[in-house]
Amino acid sequence: MIDIDNLKAAAQAGQTTFPPDWPGANPWLHALVYIVAIIAFTLIMILAFIYAERRGVARFQLRLGPNRAGPEGVLQAVADLVKLLLKEDIVPTLADKIVHLLAPVVATFPAMMIFAVVPLWGSGALLSDLDVGTLYVLAISSFGVLGVFMAGWASSNKYALISAMRGVAQMVSYEIPLVMALLSVVIMAGTLSLNGIVDNQDIPYLLLQPLAAVIYFLAMSAEVNRSPFDLLEAESEIIAGYHTEYSGMKFALFYVAEYGHAVAGMAIFATFFLSGWKGPVLPPILWLAIKMLIAFFISFWIRATLPRLRVDQLMGLGWKALLPLAVINVVITSIEVLFWPDGLTMWILVPVNFVIAAALVYIWSRTVSLRGGRVEIRTRTEIKTA
Amino acid sequence: METTQLRTEPFVINLGPHHPSTHGVFRMRVVFDGEVVVDVEPMFGYLHRGIEKLAEGRTYTQIIPLTDRLDYLAAMSNNWGYVMAVEKLASVPVPERAEYLRIIVGEMMRISSHLLATGFLINELGAFFTPLMYMYREREKLLDLFDMLCGQRLTYNYMRVGGVSHDPPPEWWPAVKRFVQEMPSYIDDYENLITTNEIVLSRTKGVGVLSRELAINASASGPFLRASGIDWDLRRDDTYSIYNRFKFDIPIGTNGDVYDRYMCRVKEMRQSVRIIEQALQQVPKGEFRSNVPHLIRPPVGDVYGHIEAPRGELGFYLVSDNSIAPYRFHVRPSTMINLTTLRDLTIGWKLADLIVIFGSVDVVLGEIDR
Repeated sequence: MIDIDNLKAAAQAGQTTFPPDWPGANPWLHALVYIVAIIAFTLIMILAFIYAERRGVARFQLRLGPNRAGPEGVLQAVADLVKLLLKEDIVPTLADKIVHLLAPVVATFPAMMIFAVVPLWGSGALLSDLDVGTLYVLAISSFGVLGVFMAGWASSNKYALISAMRGVAQMVSYEIPLVMALLSVVIMAGTLSLNGIVDNQDIPYLLLQPLAAVIYFLAMSAEVNRSPFDLLEAESEIIAGYHTEYSGMKFALFYVAEYGHAVAGMAIFATFFLSGWKGPVLPPILWLAIKMLIAFFISFWIRATLPRLRVDQLMGLGWKALLPLAVINVVITSIEVLFWPDGLTMWILVPVNFVIAAALVYIWSRTVSLRGGRVEIRTRTEIKTA
Repeated sequence: METTQLRTEPFVINLGPHHPSTHGVFRMRVVFDGEVVVDVEPMFGYLHRGIEKLAEGRTYTQIIPLTDRLDYLAAMSNNWGYVMAVEKLASVPVPERAEYLRIIVGEMMRISSHLLATGFLINELGAFFTPLMYMYREREKLLDLFDMLCGQRLTYNYMRVGGVSHDPPPEWWPAVKRFVQEMPSYIDDYENLITTNEIVLSRTKGVGVLSRELAINASASGPFLRASGIDWDLRRDDTYSIYNRFKFDIPIGTNGDVYDRYMCRVKEMRQSVRIIEQALQQVPKGEFRSNVPHLIRPPVGDVYGHIEAPRGELGFYLVSDNSIAPYRFHVRPSTMINLTTLRDLTIGWKLADLIVIFGSVDVVLGEIDR
């Protein structure tokens, strides 16, 4: 993950791989400090997200939410964790024991690995300023579904298997619009490095690339199983989905993984579209956290409002709406960058792109339909004899 | 180039009896081909308590609490259907004030029941409890009103043969008036949230269509029947109590899909509010219960009394042998008969639709299993 040779070379050349005020240039110390910082930041943000969602959704639903453990219930997640630690760990008899054990671990860690290339509190304040940071993010973020599929397969539970199959289909379909949406930002920024993208982001790309932001947000919601794309954990259909057969600490890891992926997704959203750590007055890392929480607020607002899509409708939305829109957006962005290379930092592109985005979304909302879905099936005897 | 064909097998899932969306302990043995439903076999009986047999050993008055336990989300309507059958059998007169009270609480019960039906339907569509919580808010107010009336929130035991058990306390009337005034704006709220939601439309329009022929052949009833475009409501077509004194419309659907069932229920709530409004203006003073002996000995014979309960036609068939207990007590459960169409509705749809279609039938297992 960390390219030590590169780090050394960069340090010797006096480059800004390290934060400007960072004392010493020992790459090992650098790696240690950032790994600790990333784990601490991720875990704190996971707790913050859990708390924000439980209290926030409760407000949407005329409830109070957890308010007993600690002041205003902030320690509720800790109390839940202690409860889960003390619970019995149940492994189904027919389960594939090793895969069953490994699945929660595989599901959890990609969420933290993404932060290796996310600048946290300044230009260069990241574990490793990869030139291909965006590709790294995409590669790691699609890793999460592996844990889901392992869990679904190893549990030897039919609901879990359905959930795992849905997960794979969903991931394959939504990866492409996600990549396309980030690609248009990369074209504008002129770099694949997340650090460079934030550095070049004087106007947040949310304003310059509204359509890409929306597509990324939806595709990311599908990738991290947030509503209305939470088919993997569709409680009313397949109970708890892939983690139906998990209890105790393994379940807790899945719970952390679910929010961890949300944290990672929101961090990428904040970095690509909300100019990352940049902001006045407050410390930069706080700005990053605030932007992530704002993005997450929209996510749980949607969760509290909208019902779930059906599996074929989910695929339809991905392939028929998000993908063509993302491709068109890439083309438009390329033309803009090609013809007005100087105009990109100007505010003039903001209204233009908003108009284009609104027009495209309007056309698609009029033409693409997600309805239908009945399948003509063979009779019972035909199936038995087949 | 030779193409290899993937061999697939059907996949059997026992959906229930401990599944979150089966409204209790209902079990479906479903054969799936991928996500597509190939075959459905409903199985029930997990909540059987032998109420029909129990009733044969009890006096006519003692049976009323048992009827609470049938459709426990519309206990007032169950009480009402039963006492109406006994009144028919034993020719007991009912004072006018009691009839008005019955209509008011019966329509309140209908609102309460439809609130839960639509709330859980949207929940099964995947909304994260928000519409349900909004509907619980109004249901809570109704339960408080029932609590003021008879001291119970779920199993009321309020109706009596020849009237009702209590006259409402004086503060009950303004509380009902206030509720009736507020309710239409709350229904508007739900409609704003749900009715034109694009995801709700794409999930429910055209899904689980119950054809007119099938609806009639299966002797379906209630909003489930009316959503298929059949204008049939016992309140008007076999008028009981004093329903002929009120003006109300009977909302019917056109396609018979899940969306129409939802719309029928929402519109029925508005009509129920209208009926309560009119009843509140007309309710007379006087006795709330006629003079009935503790032990009723109806003449030998049998009777079938039915009412339009929130979920459909609820009937009670009683056979009397001139003793203090019925010789035979039989319930025509509305939802069980509606549910017999489940296989025809769901085949060819996906797992997610199966849950939604099942939810749109709006079953209560207490009534199905008895």
